[in-house]
Amino acid sequence: MSEPVVKVENLKKWFPVKVGLVRSLISRRELYVKAVDGVSFAIKEGEIFGLAGESGSGKTTTGRMLVKLIEPTDGKIYFLGKEITRLSDEEVKPLRRQFQIVFQDPYESLNPRMTVGDILSEPLRLLNVVETEDQLESKVREILSDVGLVPPEEFLFRYPHELSGGQRQRVATARAFVVNPKFIVADEPVSMLDASVRAEILKLMLSLIEKYNTSFLYITHDLALSKHVCDKIGIMYLGKLMEVAESEELVNNPLHPYTKALINAVPIPDPTARRGDIVIKGEIPSPINPPSGCRFHTRCPQYIGDICRSKEPEWTNVGKDHLVACHLYK
Amino acid sequence: MPLLSVHELTTYYKTLRGYVRAVENVSLDVEKGEALGLAGESGCGKTTVALSLLRLLPSNGEILKGKILYNGKDVVEMSEADLRKEVRWKGISLIFQGAMNALNPLYTIEYQIVEAIRIHEKSVSKKEAKDRVRKLFELVGLDPSRAKNYPHEFSGGMKQRAMIAMALACNPDVLIADEPGTALDVIVQAQVLKLIRSLKEKLNLGVIVISHDLSIISEICEKLAVMYAGNVVEIGDVTKLFTKPLHPYTQGLISAFPNIREEKRKMESIPGSPPNLLNPPSGCRFNPRCKYAMEICRKEEPQLKEVSPSQFVACHLVR
Repeated sequence: MSEPVVKVENLKKWFPVKVGLVRSLISRRELYVKAVDGVSFAIKEGEIFGLAGESGSGKTTTGRMLVKLIEPTDGKIYFLGKEITRLSDEEVKPLRRQFQIVFQDPYESLNPRMTVGDILSEPLRLLNVVETEDQLESKVREILSDVGLVPPEEFLFRYPHELSGGQRQRVATARAFVVNPKFIVADEPVSMLDASVRAEILKLMLSLIEKYNTSFLYITHDLALSKHVCDKIGIMYLGKLMEVAESEELVNNPLHPYTKALINAVPIPDPTARRGDIVIKGEIPSPINPPSGCRFHTRCPQYIGDICRSKEPEWTNVGKDHLVACHLYK
Repeated sequence: MPLLSVHELTTYYKTLRGYVRAVENVSLDVEKGEALGLAGESGCGKTTVALSLLRLLPSNGEILKGKILYNGKDVVEMSEADLRKEVRWKGISLIFQGAMNALNPLYTIEYQIVEAIRIHEKSVSKKEAKDRVRKLFELVGLDPSRAKNYPHEFSGGMKQRAMIAMALACNPDVLIADEPGTALDVIVQAQVLKLIRSLKEKLNLGVIVISHDLSIISEICEKLAVMYAGNVVEIGDVTKLFTKPLHPYTQGLISAFPNIREEKRKMESIPGSPPNLLNPPSGCRFNPRCKYAMEICRKEEPQLKEVSPSQFVACHLVR
């Protein structure tokens, strides 16, 4: 068994809530948004791990902590066996070559004043990947053809505004892969794109993952898509993981009531298929004061009593590496 | 006679670089109690069709030709005053895209709905309008006691419900929902779709659902019109179009949507991107991206042909 590329243990991120002066004088109690509240998982080499859940479940925050864009409040992050949780910026810099991120919105993640060539050479220069300008140029050209922006000289001197959404996301993908990282976080990389383009970008990412043997954290709200893309999926709810399993196992045999509801709510592109009724009501509660015990108990259709309210469920392995955190499974 | 009938609608936008041919020769019918889905990629003219139906186009938009028949009258020819009196909100109403931003943050929800009611129905008193708001809230599954809340006090799903309540304020016959599911989480989205479906049945509404997401349309609609670059390329019964799509674009679009219930598969895509509508390709607008493109496709624009009683397709492959 090879060592996981990325491993997180009990990762937490609490953002302090700003309160007004008067309220801060009256009450000493500090409030936090518990965006991520104790998440553990591991990603193996070349594995695509999907993190799915509703907005506000902490997916993005988790992704950002993994690439050291924000500091975790608590918990540990291991990268290739080495703990990187508390490294200073100086110490992280050499590691940046190893992990990269692709953001959701290609209209905002590319500097409008830089040409495609500049955008792709910057990481190579900053992270000292190349020594000579010749190497730099050949590397940039290579990655451009890897992401299907051919011929490269057509695109080298273009600005982002001259590109379509799909092409921009190709550039963003190229920027992440150009330094040949071991691990990439992709935060909803296709949610802003049209359906016909979406599939193309995903195919491209998958082929690059295979080519460079990269580990991948795919953050998404689209379960239908993640079933077809990911090897493994983790379902998040209010800052916690509820269920983790191989993607097909998870979708075909969901155990946690939340996962079941989520899968049941996915619209099906087939007018003859009828799905069951939506059994859960309401919306995700506030992460400032999350429900006690199991966080899902306030909306759970299979609530089994006091235990759900008082005790946080532990992980249960039901076999085939299918983990679920729910009191229904013991 | 259909409730709403659109004949060869053609809408252009005037820009400094010429006319953007956003919608050309679009014809559709909507019957009572029936939902029509309008699908296609961004920029294919879906929203322009919706705005044309209510004559809400931006100042550079213009309906060049075509008829929009509602209640025996042509909306295209109506005066602004008549439009407001007979069509907007009372006849056809629109749930705008992006419920998050469509409500005015400075006024309570109740105030905004009351305003809409009283502008369109002058005889209604304030009190009656407020009572109606409470009934509408119940209808869409919101707690009537929260009518006096401000939009920021509502969650995304509640705002979308409030928008639906507002659209129904003057008992319209036709409800247009522009991207009703986007920006909502799956569970909330499923709830909203279910609400639209049940309202359609309860109120016998004609519904037009505009969405880029075919799976949303397949959840609510009986009919589907697929648009590409300003044209309707295929229209008909939703089940037929899904099981036996004839236009290569419809085929591509359907296979681009992953189904959570099917086996894990390779993603499929349509290579290329939609054309610039300032200068669309000659012949069939899809020909540069079509893998079956023939000589004739580059020369001649295909017309919608009836292939079976409830399926029409505009493609030279279909004879």
